[in-house]
Amino acid sequence: MARIFAYIVHKAGVADDSAAQLAAAAKKIDPAASPTALLTGWGADLAAACDAVRASYAEIWTISNEALAYPNAELIRKALVKVVPPGSIVLVAHEHFGIDLAPGLSIKLNSAFVSDVLDIGGVEGSDLKVVRQEFGGQVSAHVRCDISSGAVVTVRPGAFKSLESAPVAVTVVDKSSEVGALTAGRRYLETIVAEAGDVDITKHNVLVSIGRGIQKQENVAIAQELAEALGAAVSCSRPVVDAKWLGKSRQVGSSGKTVKPKVYLACGISGSFQHLAGLKGSPFLIAINKNPRAPIFQVADVGIVDDILEFLPELTNKVREMRSVAAK
Amino acid sequence: MEILVCARRVPDTSENEIELNSAGNDIERDELVYSINEPDNYAVEEALQMVARIGGNVTVVTVGGEDDEEILRREMAMGANQGVLISDEAFSGSDARGIATILKAFVRKGNYDLILTGVQAEDGGAQVGGMLAAMLDYPFASLVNSIEVLEGRKLKVSREIEGGNKEMNEIDLPCVLSIQTGINEPRYVGMRGIRAVASVPIPTFGVSELGVDPGAVGEAAAKVKRVDYFVPALGKGAEMLKGSREENADKVLELVAAKGGLK
Repeated sequence: MARIFAYIVHKAGVADDSAAQLAAAAKKIDPAASPTALLTGWGADLAAACDAVRASYAEIWTISNEALAYPNAELIRKALVKVVPPGSIVLVAHEHFGIDLAPGLSIKLNSAFVSDVLDIGGVEGSDLKVVRQEFGGQVSAHVRCDISSGAVVTVRPGAFKSLESAPVAVTVVDKSSEVGALTAGRRYLETIVAEAGDVDITKHNVLVSIGRGIQKQENVAIAQELAEALGAAVSCSRPVVDAKWLGKSRQVGSSGKTVKPKVYLACGISGSFQHLAGLKGSPFLIAINKNPRAPIFQVADVGIVDDILEFLPELTNKVREMRSVAAK
Repeated sequence: MEILVCARRVPDTSENEIELNSAGNDIERDELVYSINEPDNYAVEEALQMVARIGGNVTVVTVGGEDDEEILRREMAMGANQGVLISDEAFSGSDARGIATILKAFVRKGNYDLILTGVQAEDGGAQVGGMLAAMLDYPFASLVNSIEVLEGRKLKVSREIEGGNKEMNEIDLPCVLSIQTGINEPRYVGMRGIRAVASVPIPTFGVSELGVDPGAVGEAAAKVKRVDYFVPALGKGAEMLKGSREENADKVLELVAAKGGLK
């Protein structure tokens, strides 16, 4: 069986949640595997991140290099190619760094590449059996990946339960000397933090959240009227921001805001994993969508198959009626 | 600037409910509405805007069959100077690596400063752009949501990272960028625009024109193969309200109130 590595994303000395999830994914490839954590970085941050993954990995390889103080995928790829043995399986979290690193890494390691894996069914012959989603999660696919010359596999964050145990005797191997000088055609400049918007959707108990189903800019008012009646705020999924109907500060999801409302009304939102990644604290999730197969219905508490352009005004009327009765 | 945009025609999830066929091994492909993969369309728009500012040409290429010409014409109607169809029996069944191998051969035939792809296809996984860049030994940036042209054959690009933050990078040309949706507002294409380019010839490239080793592409070379599609058994799933619209609205209001949601 090929050796399994997990590339660990870390920031300011803290390992990403995906670190322990990749250990679990490795066990699903080979229950007997003892995966090796791969960490790159520099200085105290690298040392702290290393300590943080001891509960999940018995062996840790580190590459310490000042050029790797910020995770530049091209530099890291060049470093990994120097140390990862041919035929290995390398696991990487499928997030913005993994998307940058993994495809090119597979080419340079001359191995197979399978991305955004949700589940793993072990190895059969020379094939790794995995599950992926397509079409925004409306359908899943069984996929086979020939790992006879190794593989790079990106794993969806949150798809595997973290694997942690009491820290065992951990071997830390410093691979820095095998890497040498690193240069890249892409250079990190700075990180620009997202601007705060007019409304802070992270502070609301109820969010009326709209997706593609709102169809056009004029219809956003339908959601705003409901939110106003409820004393809630309007948030949205990515397509609404892409279309410039609402500002980026209203977007819920991995590339937007993380919110913790008590009640989340998902209106015309299909429920992609990137969107759901922005919902924390288990809100009561009510989904309204025309498409009975929308993935949002798999995770919602209550679902209604209806056109939000009809349903939301009805709901707004009900709220107003209730308020006027209460006022009398 | 000579810009190449790699695009694909895919089932349009905003127009279709994707479901399994009766055999339960593939999606139901009858009556599917296809369109250009959404991020690819943003990539073409971005290329057009860059060329409008600094001059150059935009070529849109797709690997596929005759049916895929329709997206090339659509993008030419948007303003792309040329559409190119890469089509050959030998390419059928290629995995992402095979597609990147084919595109690499095409890139080598031209003289492109910048290659754009969409960040991800509806049925893909953000693969081809990064693979193509590595094969060409070009720098790569994924999830790009702004591009500024700098002096000295360089770009300043931002990448969309967590929390809506932007990671700013300088990148040397030639390079490959994968474009995120929302980077611009793609222009509208009307029927009249598409009719205007209906008879523009679209060159087609195959194995011999590209000089691709047929053994390195197609189904036989694919290391990654989709076995079938399925719909996973749901977890608990939502409790579906089956009442009239009015009854459902009453129930939702009651639930919002009960869950502490009414101010």
